[in-house]
Amino acid sequence: MSEQITPEIFDHLVDLAALELDAKQAEYLRKQLNNQLKAIHELEAIPLDADIPISLHGVPFTAAESPTPREDEWHPYPNSKEILSQAPQLEDDYIVVPDIPHTTLK
Amino acid sequence: MELCDLSALEMTQLLRQKKVSAVEILQSTLQRIGQVDGRSGALDQTATEEDKEKVHSFITLTADEAIKQASVVDAQLAAGKDPGVLAGVPFTVKDIFCVKDTPSTAASRILANFKSPYTATAVERMQGAGAVMVGKVNLDEFTYGSSTESSAFQPSTRNPWDTHHVPGGSSGGSAASVAAGEVPLSLGTDTAGSIRQPAAFCGVVGVKPTYGRVSRYGLIAFASSLDCPGPVARTVRDAAAMLQVISGADIHDSTAATVAVPNYLEKLEKGVKGMYIGLSPDYFRIVFPDPKTGDFQEKTLPKEIAEAVRHAADVLAKMGAEIVENVPMSNTRYGIPAYFVISRVEAASNLHRYDGVKYGLRTSLPYTDLRKMYKLSRNQGFGLQPKLRILMGMYVSAAQYSEQYYQRALRVRSMIRRDFETAFDPAGPYHLDALLTPTTPTTAFEMDAVYGDSVLMQYADQLTVPANHAGIPGLSLPGGLDQAELPIGIQLLGADYSEQKLFQIGRAYEMATENETWRQVKPKVLR
Repeated sequence: MSEQITPEIFDHLVDLAALELDAKQAEYLRKQLNNQLKAIHELEAIPLDADIPISLHGVPFTAAESPTPREDEWHPYPNSKEILSQAPQLEDDYIVVPDIPHTTLK
Repeated sequence: MELCDLSALEMTQLLRQKKVSAVEILQSTLQRIGQVDGRSGALDQTATEEDKEKVHSFITLTADEAIKQASVVDAQLAAGKDPGVLAGVPFTVKDIFCVKDTPSTAASRILANFKSPYTATAVERMQGAGAVMVGKVNLDEFTYGSSTESSAFQPSTRNPWDTHHVPGGSSGGSAASVAAGEVPLSLGTDTAGSIRQPAAFCGVVGVKPTYGRVSRYGLIAFASSLDCPGPVARTVRDAAAMLQVISGADIHDSTAATVAVPNYLEKLEKGVKGMYIGLSPDYFRIVFPDPKTGDFQEKTLPKEIAEAVRHAADVLAKMGAEIVENVPMSNTRYGIPAYFVISRVEAASNLHRYDGVKYGLRTSLPYTDLRKMYKLSRNQGFGLQPKLRILMGMYVSAAQYSEQYYQRALRVRSMIRRDFETAFDPAGPYHLDALLTPTTPTTAFEMDAVYGDSVLMQYADQLTVPANHAGIPGLSLPGGLDQAELPIGIQLLGADYSEQKLFQIGRAYEMATENETWRQVKPKVLR
């Protein structure tokens, strides 16, 4: 079977994933992805009856087994500074990020 | 035998009888860690020859905090107060759980500097029961692996039975810390077998509870529809006692079920008379891709593993269980291909939050704008295995491929679930109480033997992953040793919320085999 994830598709995925890979990493990852797809293709051989539903969870969640959703109420966090202290760059309790990418319109 | 070699329930009993103190138990634990563990995993370290003889369970040892907690337990006992059912029992926590004011790294560079502002429910419940956390243990990066080798914190954990072999994964640190007698209990997680497979490789007991039995609050997510926190222990009794403590509904997790938690210890030694225990040929053969050609081949299991399961069936039959042969579980082989799709889609979604903005690593390299900062931070912070999962998840969930891959995998998941529903249906043809299987297709493989081949590594979970797709509980037990004296794991699978029954069967097997020769053999690091 030819490689399904070509270098072009791979580069597109890398960009969507907000990654930036060196050549060695890219070679390894693309090879592994194509190998994994070979395993995944086994699924295509399975006869699936039309009545087989999608399962998002193995265990069915019925109302009897699930907690009642709590009220959508605002509660102040007791120590918000503790959470903010994890941010890589902070200024007056605001998280600082670099400028967004700009494109000049023609 | 040292204090740290006792079971958790033996420790609490001695403590309540005032024969030992919690601090004495902890000192014994810390001494054992000093003897066998070697240096803890850290960034930018590689394993030396000396490291290869040690276990390396830990990323963070919290000895000072543990001494404080043990002293509190002793003070409570002295004051005549009840310090909880697991009072003074040392335990480790897989470093995928958030614990307040403690590094919570997920074994990834991207979270190496992250200190959680809150504690995971399962950890909080252990501490509320008086158990004493001695540290956070190593794992595959973000739990992505079956050997613990992909951790960014090296040296990664090694198998106490032979330190040149892997401990399994991703809860390798949990299983190794219990097998090496460092602690009697550890908290792990199981997404495709990540508790049961390392438990099997390290000769300890591992429980994947029913999905929803234990809260996931504070667990750094991998695949949210599959992740299950659960116990690793040296005995079935200890595993049952620990599950008792961590189970139950949680206001912080809407998928934590409100189903009542039974008393797991109450019927533990009631035996197996009249129980129906199944064997399936579909769990005695494996289908896997050849590492060189990629072609699929079917093989029967190694003889020693198959014989260990058969021996367990014989033991249970002698105790009055009815063994049901040839239970069809024909969709077992599709567990890994479906998992390749479902877990990757969920992992990719969960990993988008790591962007160098709110917490975790932000690149130190120069950047021009936000997008570039994201890319550099994620590239620097993630190892190869998270990157692989992000890329595959994005590919198979793309609009043009979703029906072919993701939706199809979710329907295959329904078929895997149906196999179990038929087997356990009380009115069905098999009406099983449990299915008895091997836990893994091999015993612990050598370090570096499989690492790097992401496909072959995933197939190590072939016999455990169906339970995750179906959501059902599974229990892995030590079932013997192979010729190299590496542990063999046997697995019990049951219907939703049937943990009590699995413990009962497991305990019966444990009692019936307690004098068998292999049970007297200790891991090499303890000889």
